[in-house]
Amino acid sequence: MPEPQPPIVTITGLEKTYKSGFQALKRVDLTIRRGEIFALLGPNGAGKTTLISIVCGIVNASAGTVVADGHDIVKDFRAARSKIGLVPQELSTDAFETVWSTVTFSRGLFGKSPDPAHIEKVLRELSLWEKKDAKIMTLSGGMKRRVLIAKALSHDPTILFLDEPTAGVDVELRHDMWQMVRELRDNGVTIILTTHYIEEAQEMADRIGVIHKGELIVVEDKDVLMRRLGKRQLIVQLQQPIDKIPESLAGLALERSADGTTLTYSFDVQGEQTGIAQFLKQLEQLGIELKDLHSSESSLEDIFVNLVKEKS
Amino acid sequence: MNVHAIRAIYKFEMARTFRTIVQSIVSPVLSTSLYFVVFGSAIGSRMGEVGGVNYGSFIVPGLVMLSLLGESISNASFGIYLPKWSGTIYELLSSPVSFVEVVIGYVGAAASKSIMLGVLILVTARIFVPYEIVHPVWMVVFLVLTAVTFSMFGFIIGLWADSFQKLQAIPLMVVTPLTFLGGAFYSINMLPPLWQKVTLFNPVVYLISGMRWAFYGSSDVNVAISFGIILGVLVACVTAIWWIFKTGYKLKS
Repeated sequence: MPEPQPPIVTITGLEKTYKSGFQALKRVDLTIRRGEIFALLGPNGAGKTTLISIVCGIVNASAGTVVADGHDIVKDFRAARSKIGLVPQELSTDAFETVWSTVTFSRGLFGKSPDPAHIEKVLRELSLWEKKDAKIMTLSGGMKRRVLIAKALSHDPTILFLDEPTAGVDVELRHDMWQMVRELRDNGVTIILTTHYIEEAQEMADRIGVIHKGELIVVEDKDVLMRRLGKRQLIVQLQQPIDKIPESLAGLALERSADGTTLTYSFDVQGEQTGIAQFLKQLEQLGIELKDLHSSESSLEDIFVNLVKEKS
Repeated sequence: MNVHAIRAIYKFEMARTFRTIVQSIVSPVLSTSLYFVVFGSAIGSRMGEVGGVNYGSFIVPGLVMLSLLGESISNASFGIYLPKWSGTIYELLSSPVSFVEVVIGYVGAAASKSIMLGVLILVTARIFVPYEIVHPVWMVVFLVLTAVTFSMFGFIIGLWADSFQKLQAIPLMVVTPLTFLGGAFYSINMLPPLWQKVTLFNPVVYLISGMRWAFYGSSDVNVAISFGIILGVLVACVTAIWWIFKTGYKLKS
């Protein structure tokens, strides 16, 4: 197993209470490792965008500190922000500008000298080169999303925040973006993304954070999280329906379907013994004949829903 | 200092001006020229001199100031309000720039447009009415200082406004009346004594008076006071913008 990378973003005791009194973040501590893809999950209003907005300088924190690539985001904001790129959730664009001019503008804003070759490279990588002279207002939603990514990448950030990057884009474009994000990570960019698509986090993330009502309720390596909180099931279809679960099987985590033709056996993926062999042996001893069997494991979505449900 | 950011903002704003050249440049020059035609050539020729200058020439400094004030406020307020309205302000707030660079970029571009406009109006005015400039250096100083100061004022309005109605309210309801009542078309000496005193509370009086002194060497108010008032407004605007960026008022939650 590779050694964990040193931190690139360190968030300590971060709090945010809006003027309305709504507490969006409650003493959040979080460390993002250099070079990882970190997915921040949470229901609407959980505090994901507030967290990102504070790190990027758009929202003022009520308390706490954030250090990005060794620089405090308040005391040393220039150095910190020059390392960060942000793709916002909203499709906020300069409608009347061309793709080229808006991306060039972003590079300058982040203190980098003009570099047409770099802008061209970014636009080509995002399949925007053909649209470089098009006004943004003429582009589709998916293309506008690409423009926002191009703007965020125009100054070569080492930390990239993607706030719901694939919201409202079609499946093909979503897969393209996943590929692009992986390539960015391979090139050394640390990615922090929020998403509603659990499938997205499952597909891409190295680590997962779940935020709920302003609190980080879990931060874990994706694989560890799925092993720890996930469960597997063995679904057994019977030749003949049974009226009830036999007495001798009462000690197992078994569920009988309403029509009595299916038994679902849940087991701990972390356990030393899954108990499958014993279960099947007992069925045989009871003379219960099997028609079919297959296993399934819980998705990240199941884990997420369960975590949030528990906290609620 | 983030010089690249200043250049990026400035170029971006100037490009917007040239993209909308009819609205930004041609329209104000045309509408101000109408004043010269009506009040300068047509009516002015039938009026007496004011302060030793024929009426058509007398109104030139005031009309230049009138356009300069209006356009400076409009350019700067729109320049910063547009990203707030479209949501692209996120980029400015998350970029490594301080309020100094933001102000130099946006206010610099707005003031540049206004100065260009002022010069164009002066050139156009020459077609309709004769005028002279006794203190050309001071005329440039007043022109530049007024453009910068009122671009800053417009910038504050753009930061404060959260709707197009608010964006228009102060220029239309406050600035335009103050400008028309600031002596653009008359000398304050022509007012009754009480109104002469009241009008001194109007800061625009000092701007127009200072500009008129630069043109003709005489003014309603001492030129040093005019200069001091402009500097005072400039300092007040810089302080207000510094405070807005420090606290995030109307910018950050």
